[in-house]
Amino acid sequence: MTSSVVSALGFHDLTLGYDRHPAVHHLDGVVEQGSLTAVVGPNGAGKSTLFKAIVGALKPLAGSIERNGSAARDIAYLPQSAEIDRSFPINVYDMVAMGLWRRKGPFGGIDRKDHLAIEAGLAAVGLTGFEQRSIGTLSGGQMQRMLFARLVIQDARMIVLDEPFSAIDSKTVADLMHLVRQWHWERRTVLAATHDIELVRAYFPQVLLLAREPVAWGATREVLTAENLDRARRMCEAFDEAAEACASEAA
Amino acid sequence: MLYAILIAPFAEHDFMRRALAATFALSFSAAPVGVFLMLRRMSLIGDALSHAILPGVAIGFLLAGMSVLAMASGGLIAGFLITIGAGLIARATTLKEDASLAAFFLISLALGVTIVSLKGSNEDLVHFLFGSVLAMQNPALLLIAAIASVSLLALALIWRPLVLECVDPGFLRSVSRSGGLAHIAFLALMVLNLVGGFLVLGTLLAVGIMMLPAFIARFWARDVTGMIAVAIASAALSGYAGLVLSYRADLPAGPAIILVAGLLYLLSVVVGPAGGLIWLVLPRRHLEA
Repeated sequence: MTSSVVSALGFHDLTLGYDRHPAVHHLDGVVEQGSLTAVVGPNGAGKSTLFKAIVGALKPLAGSIERNGSAARDIAYLPQSAEIDRSFPINVYDMVAMGLWRRKGPFGGIDRKDHLAIEAGLAAVGLTGFEQRSIGTLSGGQMQRMLFARLVIQDARMIVLDEPFSAIDSKTVADLMHLVRQWHWERRTVLAATHDIELVRAYFPQVLLLAREPVAWGATREVLTAENLDRARRMCEAFDEAAEACASEAA
Repeated sequence: MLYAILIAPFAEHDFMRRALAATFALSFSAAPVGVFLMLRRMSLIGDALSHAILPGVAIGFLLAGMSVLAMASGGLIAGFLITIGAGLIARATTLKEDASLAAFFLISLALGVTIVSLKGSNEDLVHFLFGSVLAMQNPALLLIAAIASVSLLALALIWRPLVLECVDPGFLRSVSRSGGLAHIAFLALMVLNLVGGFLVLGTLLAVGIMMLPAFIARFWARDVTGMIAVAIASAALSGYAGLVLSYRADLPAGPAIILVAGLLYLLSVVVGPAGGLIWLVLPRRHLEA
């Protein structure tokens, strides 16, 4: 059987981790181009680790990630805890304009078209009028809106969001989720980690349920069963310091 | 009267004009570097590094005598080795930049002192601790001018990645490899300016003309560009006023310059419009929205 879908990401027996201890163990599968996938699992399940590897910030311990010809740096990535120095004297406009980096580099100027794009990005997240506000004065929700505006400006074919809705009120979640669905309609590939199962059921067609090992991956209704969620919950979080070398890793 | 106080010292004495040129050049390059050091919470790193440069300078002096070039090269080599080594270790391991830099500068200091004591101590070395702003010869002046030109150009080149590396290093890593390069270039600029500062103010006070104007600027401006403008202006003002003060009151010039900067700093802490103490005492009514 030949499939008509194009893969945006392929995982081949992928094992990721720190100090040889696996945080993601033997992951195989394909993220289809244009798909909207939620990555769900308990804390320590390897969601952030997987995302770091996808954007090239972490080298696999074994196996490989295939990005279908595009570079890791072309993926727009929102980390779980962005290491932003909020006391740095920079305003919202300049911060959002940084999303242009892949096209402008360190020297390119911002022309009229870019200016309109930045204004449109700010409007899309409801931050019009905040251009000159310094980032230190933003609330947590406004900060997240600003980072989403930067993702809009990045205009990437693939967008990876690591727990983008934690500690955010429901109005902000609804607004940002609207943006995520718009990306989906625009045939961008979106991966998002979240703990909000109701949100996933409502908006995400695909789910990867991860508990260090992949528990289930596919259509949301089939993956998010009570039985699967229970299996994911029972996974052991702690590293075993005395663990043997993984047998299936030996080649 | 005003002419006699403010302009005559420079009109009448060649050494005063040279001193003014040297401090102005240094203001334009060291103050912006200081602003970025402050914004990256690396204010004390310059201090540590200026001590680490001393052994290099001492080796240069012992090998070639009172040669500005030899001493500056010694300082540059020592400074570069330490910052680049520390920077690489901080990026490759879990050790933070300040810790790895502290380790390197302690090693360098011990090594320098060992070498000096092997060669026998030299009293001239003491002069280098306090600088020689009133005895700027052509080679030193040219070197400082070159350092100022190079660092202004380099800062313009790395400006965007440097700002991004300060405010959101994770994002910069996700879109570009230039963060590491900008970081190393910035550390090199710091070394370059510490060596320039050493030639004017000596190793002990070199950091003063770099950091104090940056702290002053934080109380007057709310964006990076404004801070750098204020820092350069206050560094130049301190240089000028310090030289006038030292000429009038017969004070040592280097310390006089830093003391003026210190006074400006204390003044800024009290009345600075961007977070000065006065606004705690005189609370303004909060706004409608």
